[in-house]
Amino acid sequence: MAIEVNGKTYETDEEGYLVNLADWDKDIAAAIAVEEKIDMTDNHWEVVNFLREYYDEYQIAPAVRVLTKAIGKKLGAEKASNQYLYELFPYGPAKQACKIAGLPKPTGCV
Amino acid sequence: MADVTAPPLREFPIPPKVEPDAMAASKPYVAPEKIQEAIGFPGQLVENWHEKAIGRMGELLRDYRSLRVYLDSCVHCGACSDKCHYYLGTGDPKNMPVARQDLMRGVYRRHFTVAGKLFPKLVGAKELTKEVLDDWYKYYNQCSECRRCSVFCPYGIDTAEVTMAAKEILDSVGYGQKYSNEIIGKVHKIGNNLGLPGPALEDTLLGLEEDTKEETGCDVRFPLDQKGAEVLLVTPSADFFAEPHVESLIGYAKVFHAAGVSWTLSSHASEAGNFGLFIGNYDQMRKIALRIREAALELGVKRIIVGECGHAWRVAYSFWNTLAGIGAGGDDKFSVELQSQLDMRYRQPTHICEYTWDLIEKGALTFDKEKNDHRVVTFHDSCNVARASRMGDTPGGQFEIPRNIIKAVANNYVEMRPGTTREATFCCGGGGGLLTDELLDLRVKGALPRMESLREVADGGGVNFMATICAICKAQFTKILPYYGFNRSMVGGVHQLVSAAIRLGDKH
Repeated sequence: MAIEVNGKTYETDEEGYLVNLADWDKDIAAAIAVEEKIDMTDNHWEVVNFLREYYDEYQIAPAVRVLTKAIGKKLGAEKASNQYLYELFPYGPAKQACKIAGLPKPTGCV
Repeated sequence: MADVTAPPLREFPIPPKVEPDAMAASKPYVAPEKIQEAIGFPGQLVENWHEKAIGRMGELLRDYRSLRVYLDSCVHCGACSDKCHYYLGTGDPKNMPVARQDLMRGVYRRHFTVAGKLFPKLVGAKELTKEVLDDWYKYYNQCSECRRCSVFCPYGIDTAEVTMAAKEILDSVGYGQKYSNEIIGKVHKIGNNLGLPGPALEDTLLGLEEDTKEETGCDVRFPLDQKGAEVLLVTPSADFFAEPHVESLIGYAKVFHAAGVSWTLSSHASEAGNFGLFIGNYDQMRKIALRIREAALELGVKRIIVGECGHAWRVAYSFWNTLAGIGAGGDDKFSVELQSQLDMRYRQPTHICEYTWDLIEKGALTFDKEKNDHRVVTFHDSCNVARASRMGDTPGGQFEIPRNIIKAVANNYVEMRPGTTREATFCCGGGGGLLTDELLDLRVKGALPRMESLREVADGGGVNFMATICAICKAQFTKILPYYGFNRSMVGGVHQLVSAAIRLGDKH
């Protein structure tokens, strides 16, 4: 599969995850978000940006706890919950937010 | 992704109307070349797949007499037909265990019995055509190897063994399943199903120490790679990563803290799960299990304790001794070394529930049970614990011990309907390597019987929390509960309840 953004084609896997991490930019993220039916607000971008930063350092998406804590620090303690992340990314914060952030899908019993 | 629909809950649990081919379009993604080759399987369907598949089947029949017995002894009595959650949820007749296993039985008869070679039509023998091979791929990936049907089989046929053999044959001809095989590759390379590298694990655990300090005021530690610790805890990597799994990990840490026992996690063996079991491949299973022995020897621990993970406990309880010398049985040099290192006064390995329950029985832990008073709890038995292992010293310990713990830490407990619990428990719908998004429709439908009995106790008994001791069950229910009108957060671990109620000595 592939996704087309600004006239260029980028390879994705069967589920729409970007194959090459280095391809990612904000326009591609926005295009994936449209396919996921997510209306990207500043708060969505906070999550996506944090995922990218964390991945750069650790080569894996952050654990849900790590993510909720980081979002709480940025957006206020009342938003430091898994529930809030589900409001932003209804299909599940780990998978849907990773997809938009251009990161591989978390595998395992999650 | 295909449409995902939940069937209506049935008022009376009668078998559904048969709907041929209802799930003929359901299949997981085929593993791409890179994933297959990384774990030593052919990259794609090999040209001489027929010859190779029959050859591999012959080897399995030679090595596992049990498989031949299971293929020979079925008399098609039908006792299993309405016992499978996937049949009950989908109505597809190929999901009746007898019919699913007949997909292989027909080929077995054609190639490995005299009658089938001479008079194939008379004895239901079938050639392995590409169409049959595709059916194998579809329908053996609609079996979660939960073994509920086997409980009702008058001949004791273990249908999961047939599914595992089919998956092994498929892998051997290059027709592997992406979800399971990608995960196995990650364990070999990084040490866990998630692909969580050591530094990320360390960072995550430090975060949990902070959180737990904030919550309790106590310095509850989450040690990693600590040489000389008494206990090595091996737990599913989902416990580090996901909700609600992490709540149980915090529970284990509090139990060790309250007991004053030194323990450690390992970055080398940061996974209890062993998907080698799901794909029926002994070599993969052994390679994964050996990481735990290597970690135990390196760290010098005296005990190995396994966290809340269903199939991991089956592998640990039933296979670790001969796979890796953990427990009695292995006789190679490293097994002997490990056995002299481990403290054999304890069960090796020990399930975390056995460990916690022993402490409770000794009076070593105290609880504020009212901390769980906002919950009415029920317990979902996970198939691999219920039907393939045991806990404690008495028959049925695997049923009683988790329940005993729940009752020791919470005041409100309600059982689900008999026939849907204990050895007759229904699979969550996501076991056996099927916990993948492209199978979501199958997973939702397969959860039907469990959702029906949960609905009964939710409406009739006020149940608002279903405790379980399996990472797959937790992830599966978190995903599918909303399709049946339940809140996703009503599933959690037994040690999540322990965590909420346990009294820690140095609280200020």
